[in-house]
Amino acid sequence: MNGPLKRVAIACLLMFGLLMFNVNYLQAVKADKLSSDSRNKRNFLARYEVERGRITAGDKVLAESVDTGVNKDFRFERRYPGGKVYAPITGFFAPESERDMERAENGLLSGSSADLMLRRGIDLFSGKKTKGANVDLTIDPEAQQAAYEALSASGKKGALVAIEPKTGAIRAMVSVPSYDPNPLAVPNKDKVNKAYNKLDKDEDKPLLNRAIERTYPPGSTFKVVTLAALLEKDDSLGPESQVDAPQVLDLPNTTHDLPNYAGESCGTGRATLSFALELSCNTPFAKMGMDLGYDTLKDQAEKFGIGGEPLSIPLPVAGSGIGRKEDDAALAMTSIGQRNNQMTPLQMAMVAAGIANNGVVMKPYLVNKIADAEGGEIDSADPTELSEAVSEDTARKLREMMVNVVEKGTAGAAKIPGVSVGGKTGTAENAPGKPPHAWFISFAPAEDPKIAVALIVESGSAGGEATGGHTAAPIAKSVMEAVLRR
Amino acid sequence: MPAKRRVAQLAMLAFAVAIVMFAYANVGLAIDQKIPAGMLGYGLGLGGLMLVAYLVLAKFAPWADPLILPLVTLINGLGLVMIYRLEEAEAFGASASTQLMWTAVGVVMFTVTLIVLRDHRALQRLTYTSGALGLALLVAPLLPFVGKEINGARIWINLGAFSLQPAEFAKLALIVFFAGYLVAKRDVLALAGRRLLFIDLPRARDLGPILIVWGLSLGVLILQKDLGSSLLIFGTFIAMLYVATQRTSWVLIGILLFIGGAILAGMIFEHVHNRFEVFLNPEDPELFQQVGGSEQLMQGLFSLATGKILGTGLGQGHPEMIPLAISDFIFPATGEELGLTGLMALLMLYALLVERGLRTSLAARDPFSKLLAGGLSFILAWQVFIIVGGVTNLIPLTGLVTPFMSQGGSALLANWILIALLVRASDAARQPPPQAIQDEGMTQVFQR
Repeated sequence: MNGPLKRVAIACLLMFGLLMFNVNYLQAVKADKLSSDSRNKRNFLARYEVERGRITAGDKVLAESVDTGVNKDFRFERRYPGGKVYAPITGFFAPESERDMERAENGLLSGSSADLMLRRGIDLFSGKKTKGANVDLTIDPEAQQAAYEALSASGKKGALVAIEPKTGAIRAMVSVPSYDPNPLAVPNKDKVNKAYNKLDKDEDKPLLNRAIERTYPPGSTFKVVTLAALLEKDDSLGPESQVDAPQVLDLPNTTHDLPNYAGESCGTGRATLSFALELSCNTPFAKMGMDLGYDTLKDQAEKFGIGGEPLSIPLPVAGSGIGRKEDDAALAMTSIGQRNNQMTPLQMAMVAAGIANNGVVMKPYLVNKIADAEGGEIDSADPTELSEAVSEDTARKLREMMVNVVEKGTAGAAKIPGVSVGGKTGTAENAPGKPPHAWFISFAPAEDPKIAVALIVESGSAGGEATGGHTAAPIAKSVMEAVLRR
Repeated sequence: MPAKRRVAQLAMLAFAVAIVMFAYANVGLAIDQKIPAGMLGYGLGLGGLMLVAYLVLAKFAPWADPLILPLVTLINGLGLVMIYRLEEAEAFGASASTQLMWTAVGVVMFTVTLIVLRDHRALQRLTYTSGALGLALLVAPLLPFVGKEINGARIWINLGAFSLQPAEFAKLALIVFFAGYLVAKRDVLALAGRRLLFIDLPRARDLGPILIVWGLSLGVLILQKDLGSSLLIFGTFIAMLYVATQRTSWVLIGILLFIGGAILAGMIFEHVHNRFEVFLNPEDPELFQQVGGSEQLMQGLFSLATGKILGTGLGQGHPEMIPLAISDFIFPATGEELGLTGLMALLMLYALLVERGLRTSLAARDPFSKLLAGGLSFILAWQVFIIVGGVTNLIPLTGLVTPFMSQGGSALLANWILIALLVRASDAARQPPPQAIQDEGMTQVFQR
């Protein structure tokens, strides 16, 4: 009987071999794919087992994890004391995913990032549970609050971005209407899905961060880019240089003519550059664009960061662009910020900041500092130059003219007593029959700019000679004041 | 000549108990940040039990394989720790104290079997009694009043305060019966009939026994909906038939009958068909949602996948998320916390235990002992293969307990008796032959 017994023994070994092989396959080869299955409730639970780091703006806490008790299934719950005002920046930590800053810095906030390896090692030996790193933002709470309140008060949809020109630090970023992130962060998939679907279906799109996730035609605010291209091409020109400013401009190869705003005239057929900008005449800038040509305009736009590599601040930013090359009539419209010209509010803030910062555009960023739970610094902002948009000389001339826009032109509403403010209004045609968008870009103080702001109020208002000046400029003013008060 | 190796055995036993105590402390530290209060009690309990088992073994089966008892102790102890851990997580039905109590009863049965049964060959005389007993035990759950159905399988009988799973004992009785019967009939069953291709087929009239066991297994499957036991009994019979007759043709006939039975059952029974569907498509969302669908299996697989190579550590995973983690699914529950590393070690323990048993069978001096030890060892391997293969989706899932690990008194008791029989056979096989002629002038060396 020993022969068959030996064969049975081999069969038994084979059976154990098969079991071992299969367990290896499951736990080593297939483990990652299998364990990340959404039906694996452990992933859901694990999200609430770590004390996620805080998101702060200076002293103000925007997001924090609250300990609900050692033996709870969902030990750490995420709360957002920053609420609606900061929701487009913080995003939220949902049962199965996360969004915006919660997503962009998830590795550090949750403590799983390789940058926290050392900390985890120390915690392992001291027997402590690793906590996530804290993320401190560049946001100025007063400016943010002022911007949110002013923009909400308009009762319209809109967005605002304020940048510190010298560094690129984003001091305010607001999008209205916003949403309360708290109900989206409860450890209950059904409740969160319900709350999310409701927001997602809302016609006003509260989940959309209009400051960086949407592009709009920039309208007349784009004229500063066209003007920058002209000044760069011919440095003998200045604010007092005369240009053609016809009543209407004949658009080549079309039956259309381009009038000035509301058919007004702009001087006497000739105007100074400064005057054309102050009154935001269309014809001189449209002609300027056609004379410069598409390529020159596009090059200048790119130097401001338009149409370049998609930005990550570290939230992903939608791409801006002036549209593809078409005929001269299209180029005329592009030069005054219409046609296929599409900009995010952040991009226009970068244009204003670049002019304010002697022509140098700094890379915009939201994260000031990241430190582990014990306060050890992991990373801190390192302001970097994105591009040199215009020469110092051109920047100075542009600033001078933009100050004139506020002093004498369409943007009187942005005046701050004792401070010289530079700005440019914009009223962008959106869709036929709908009220235009109201834009405003600005910086202050003009001699040594501390803040640059860009904002849009969707379908701003009808009537008025420059709705950007009426609707948008006062909002920018309140934000600049909040920053300058510091 | 084999040595007794009693000191080594005691050291291994102590080592096994120590590992279990470390695991136990580990669970407490992970869950409550302190050494569990009952640890001393459990440690002394398990240690004391094993000391008794060791002493009885040393006295009544001194020549027995020294590895078998430590291996079983370690597996049983790890099972206790897992059940304690699941009880801490408030898994339904988990009770470590009950399991320890049954372990104690199991060890008592082990010692009683060793003391009472001085020569396992006496069982050969009880061949047909065993057969009748096995059959009665299998049928018992079907009887009115005593039988009861739990979780869709009618495999329990009520004995006053507690329930028993008689199939666990039936498998022992049936192995004794198969061994005795096959020893008597193996010459006939080995006779060659017609030759087909390269295989000698048995004579048609000798097909009786295999058909009867096949029918019995199908009966268990149909009447009790117990897929696992059905497969267990039939497979073990085929293996023993093969060992007894040396005829590969029996294995082929057995496989054909099995396939026939499986297809038949799959066509007739929704729950059998369902198991095949789940086996082929465990991740299918519809099957996952379905009542009695693939959710339990998938939860087990998620558990294993979460454990990865090193495991989460005892007390630090969520094995309680698997339905029935204390019984059929204790293997993946262990895999989550001890990882691939732990499971490889665990499978190695089982493999070693089985191979020690088969070694006993090889060394045994008479056909009955060979068949008995071979059958007992094979059924252990076969049971581990069926349940572990099932919960890891290597084969379709059929419910069975994981020997010595799953919570449940009947299985523990029956398996401890199984080990006692194996130890008894091992003692007989390794003993020096009683009438060994002393060769004068040769020095005998006794190793300790």
